[in-house]
Amino acid sequence: MPNRTPLYDEHVKLNGTIVDFAGWELPVQYTRLIEEHEATRERAGLFDICHMGEFDVSGPGAFDFLQSALSRDLSPLKPGRCMYSTMLNERGGCVDDLFVYMKDPENFMLVVNAANIKKDFDWLVSAAQERGVSLSDRSADTAKLDLQGPQSATIMRSLCSADLPSRFGFISADVAGVETLVSRTGYTGEDGFELYCESSRAVALWRAIIETGSPLGLLPCGLGARDTLRLEAAYSLYGHELSDDISPVEAGLRFAVSAAKDYTGSDVIKKQLADGAPRQSVAFALVERGVPRDGCEVLSGGSPAGRVTSGTFSPTLKKGIGLALLNSPAASIGGSVSVIIRNRPYAAEIVARPFIAYRGGSK
Amino acid sequence: MNAPDELKYSKDHEWVKAEGGIAAVGITDFAQHQLTDVVFVELPEVGASAEAGKPIAAVESVKAVSDVYAPVSGEVIEVNDALRDAPELINTDPYGEGWIFKLKMSDPSAADALMNAEQYKEHAASESH
Repeated sequence: MPNRTPLYDEHVKLNGTIVDFAGWELPVQYTRLIEEHEATRERAGLFDICHMGEFDVSGPGAFDFLQSALSRDLSPLKPGRCMYSTMLNERGGCVDDLFVYMKDPENFMLVVNAANIKKDFDWLVSAAQERGVSLSDRSADTAKLDLQGPQSATIMRSLCSADLPSRFGFISADVAGVETLVSRTGYTGEDGFELYCESSRAVALWRAIIETGSPLGLLPCGLGARDTLRLEAAYSLYGHELSDDISPVEAGLRFAVSAAKDYTGSDVIKKQLADGAPRQSVAFALVERGVPRDGCEVLSGGSPAGRVTSGTFSPTLKKGIGLALLNSPAASIGGSVSVIIRNRPYAAEIVARPFIAYRGGSK
Repeated sequence: MNAPDELKYSKDHEWVKAEGGIAAVGITDFAQHQLTDVVFVELPEVGASAEAGKPIAAVESVKAVSDVYAPVSGEVIEVNDALRDAPELINTDPYGEGWIFKLKMSDPSAADALMNAEQYKEHAASESH
């Protein structure tokens, strides 16, 4: 029996096309994927992300514990700020990628991928033994709604009287009568907010945002648009660009690892930072019409060089784009490669990432 | 559901317009709606032989690829080159400018065995959830 988010009935009412995603019944689109994508780039989009996991980590040892468990140096964190990081296995492979929110020096929230909730929690519990840290999985009681796009801040200002946080900041605030953690973050490459509230209040928050946002052109958006938006922004998706067998250095996430501290997997990571990793994730664009997909083989100079990890048709650029994990010698920007789609090679160019640069401001 | 009476239909959601031994083939309005925005069409080669029930072309939406099956056997004699630059014609005019290829049928009466519009509407309705 698949899981349903607290917003399931809203999706059905909005005529969403429901699919199974990581064991959750979620809408892949409501009207048309491209319309929803464009609404988010040009105006605003609202996404049900309730399936993601939230953990509380608290206690006097919480910061030191996270610093030893996660790959990024968390010392820039302050109360009210969050950071992206990865957590690794001993081989330097990625157990998950996640956001770390510092509520106060002894209370943190971790936001993890839906498919990894149990794996992550077990991993953290085993890492936390006797560290003076308490862990709790809040996923079932916590709803997450993403409001993204250039009109997001305008919509939030009419629903929330508090000063909005700056990028990678968060506040607790009353949003349309719902007690909400308002985070200035997202997964689209646009300005926007990730909103966390009690599951029982999710419908009220969802409806208030739709009512306020619709006159400004907001559309509810499905997982289809979420994927094309994140891929244009070249954000990694766990299970594609990242996995237990792919390190964050290989995935192009050097900013999310530290060479200066020790953590699980750090021996491998430090070696990769010093000597280079054997593989490298690159962004590519097809130079002829076609749509690359996850798993397509990539050739460089006629020889196998790796595989596509995510591919799509970019609604903004109107061409086939993707990310591929290639042997490092083949992974230079400007390089020409072939992507094999249904047994036919398609010419592609390795390009700088992201495809679409972040367009929100810092305020 | 839009399915013109003068066409024949396959269970895989292709339509066929058979005239003088030649079959024009496309995908139905139901199929284009399920696929959503078509962004690329992989056309067969002129001269290729098509076997009924086997994939002969592919239609890509943003989210997924879908095979197009030959509804009847024959030889590909023409493809719709306009789809190379305007694949969205399949969405906007599936039974007209969105045609995909034409076959010279091995058996000129093969299309008679396909579904009529009434039968196809029932078939499609049973597949939509």
